[in-house]
Amino acid sequence: MVLKVFFPSCCSSAESGILVGHWISQQSSAVVLAVLHFPFIPVQVRKYLSEVQRVTQVSVSVLGSWTNSKQEKEESLSQFLEDLGTLFSHELWIQISKEGDSKFWSCSALQKHGSKPKEEEIILVYYEQRKVMLCHLHPPLHTAASADHGAADASKLAAIFETVAKSKMLFMTDRYDEGPIKLTHWQSDGVEASIIVELLKQASVPACMLLTFLLSLVSWICRSRVLKFWPLCFLWSKLSTCEQLGHRLQHLQLISSNKKAPNQTQLMRKANILVSLLLDVALGLLLMSWLYRKNRIGHLADTLIPVADHVAEELQDLLQWLMGAPAGLKMNRALDQVLGRFFLYHIHLWISYIHLLSPFIEMILWYVALSACLGLTVALCILSDIIALLTFHIYCFYVYGARLYCLKIYGLSSLWRLFRGKKWNVLRQRVDSCSYDLDQLFIGTLLFTILLFLLPTTALYYLVFTLLRLLVVVVQGLLHLLVDLINSLPLYSLLLRLCRSYRLAAGVKFRVLEQQEGKPLRLLMQINPLSYGSVVQTYRLPTYSCYPKDSWTSLCKKLFLGELIYPWKHKGEKQE
Amino acid sequence: MEERRYRSASGEPIALRRLQHSAACRELAVRCPRLQLRSLSAVTSAVWLAAYGLFALSENSMVLSAAILITLIGLIIYLHFVKVDQESLLVIGSLGIQVTSSYASGKESTTFIEMGQVKDVVINEAIHMQKVIYYLCILLRDPGDPQGISEVVPLFQVS
Repeated sequence: MVLKVFFPSCCSSAESGILVGHWISQQSSAVVLAVLHFPFIPVQVRKYLSEVQRVTQVSVSVLGSWTNSKQEKEESLSQFLEDLGTLFSHELWIQISKEGDSKFWSCSALQKHGSKPKEEEIILVYYEQRKVMLCHLHPPLHTAASADHGAADASKLAAIFETVAKSKMLFMTDRYDEGPIKLTHWQSDGVEASIIVELLKQASVPACMLLTFLLSLVSWICRSRVLKFWPLCFLWSKLSTCEQLGHRLQHLQLISSNKKAPNQTQLMRKANILVSLLLDVALGLLLMSWLYRKNRIGHLADTLIPVADHVAEELQDLLQWLMGAPAGLKMNRALDQVLGRFFLYHIHLWISYIHLLSPFIEMILWYVALSACLGLTVALCILSDIIALLTFHIYCFYVYGARLYCLKIYGLSSLWRLFRGKKWNVLRQRVDSCSYDLDQLFIGTLLFTILLFLLPTTALYYLVFTLLRLLVVVVQGLLHLLVDLINSLPLYSLLLRLCRSYRLAAGVKFRVLEQQEGKPLRLLMQINPLSYGSVVQTYRLPTYSCYPKDSWTSLCKKLFLGELIYPWKHKGEKQE
Repeated sequence: MEERRYRSASGEPIALRRLQHSAACRELAVRCPRLQLRSLSAVTSAVWLAAYGLFALSENSMVLSAAILITLIGLIIYLHFVKVDQESLLVIGSLGIQVTSSYASGKESTTFIEMGQVKDVVINEAIHMQKVIYYLCILLRDPGDPQGISEVVPLFQVS
């Protein structure tokens, strides 16, 4: 098999020494982690390596020798290096040497149990140590689903990434440390750290404790018995604002917990939730500052009542139109008048209630808009709830019209069966023939004709109010879609993909560097970042709402039969 | 390194280049025909003529600026996401196979398939419209079933 040597690009200019790293025998590849310089004492080297192995669980050993000579190769040096191979027990002793400033290195591998060098090809793969260490390799989405894959199938590249990631301890010593071992790796000029990150870490502990305390207080209040009485709990479940607040409370509890995130996915989730919350609050504060300026709340409250009046007037005009001859259709006068007057009286009641509330609207709006500081999502949910409350009469009309229509359709279908001499057999769930008496047939046919000729009137009312209701549902749906978007978008992951794309990797890519005859093949291994679509798909935050499960055909069927439609069901609600 | 000219399945001229970097590493690159100036100017003049006709009807100068913007953005999107300049296959012994497509705007999209995942490389035939075309594809191993195949990756899709 071809021997692959993974060499860190930061060690290209290091002084001569021995190579320290990890040997993966199944793939016949050697991952070089650092270069140890002369002078060293072999006993101390072995002690240090065994300590590293104990801490990092990676079997680090001496792999070979590295010569960086500025002048011509010396024969004695090469013999000395070969003799080094006998000191450190290793299957294969790799010798890499670089002459002067040449780009092309010569590399040879000596088998321990043979004196001649092996005649197999060697591939030199350069990799950037820091990027590979920080990188998180994402397996392709369809293979991640399979739970049972043995160690032999595990990705070979993943093994290399893991090796570098786990050997963090090896990279902690820099060249300013006084010690027996002198290493060269990516941090050998000094350990990298950021003051801001360290300060944030120190400050986050008391902040988290305070937040946890406040949140436990809030959740204790929410769970108290006072709020569990029947009308109140029904109200809480219907308002989307309460759902959103509960969702955000859960998020806050997740962030403020003291436990460190166990793995990469949980860490990313916490970071995503934090960034999403911060953006939400920032947008909410922006909205608030816009609303409270120039007395916009007052303007809004002033226009609210006329808008409600206008909607009611439009509805009244619509009903008058229906009571006449709408679109040239001839309605049944009596039924028309009854239904029209009933709905008109309803609107009249609604308008009176709105006018009763009108002096308090501005104050209510002023205090309600304060809650926008909790986040833009809360403000949007409140808007959606206000729309639902203002169009409550449309909802009522829809329910009345639908129930009437539904009753009529069922009556018609069963009387149609009677008309043909058949009957619905409940036991056998099928249509059977049945012999009716004459008076049964007479009354049945009479009722059937009455219902049939009254059908257009009720159908028209049902159609009109269903369309209105669908319009309101679409508007509310758009608002909820926006809220969902803000809730579930993984902003931190997207920013990471934009700025530090090597942290989220879909795989690697190789580039072939300049070659020379007789020298080993040189490749550069770079990280292939994940595409934006896969980032969003992998790190999406789960939300509480689920999209309508009805397909278009079943929706149309329900509409035709007059069954009530409940478009946006939330998770956790019982199915009706 | 030599370059030979062939014709693709749809009749356009393409060029194949074979490189051997070392005993274990080979590269095959297929270059697609470049963007023709003729077709570019034809599309641009058609769009602008239509915009000028609309402007003559509606007397709104926004139509003209919108047409220019659409042409520019459309060209950028076409060059960056649609027009493939070259597709190449890099085979590295005992490491894997790398498939690269480079677009006309310089973007390169790469996929690397490890040798452990590759089951076989085969030539498949497919019926496309009225003719039978042959295409090269890689069969990937299924992690759960050692005999089965989890995915078929066709190569050189655009050229």
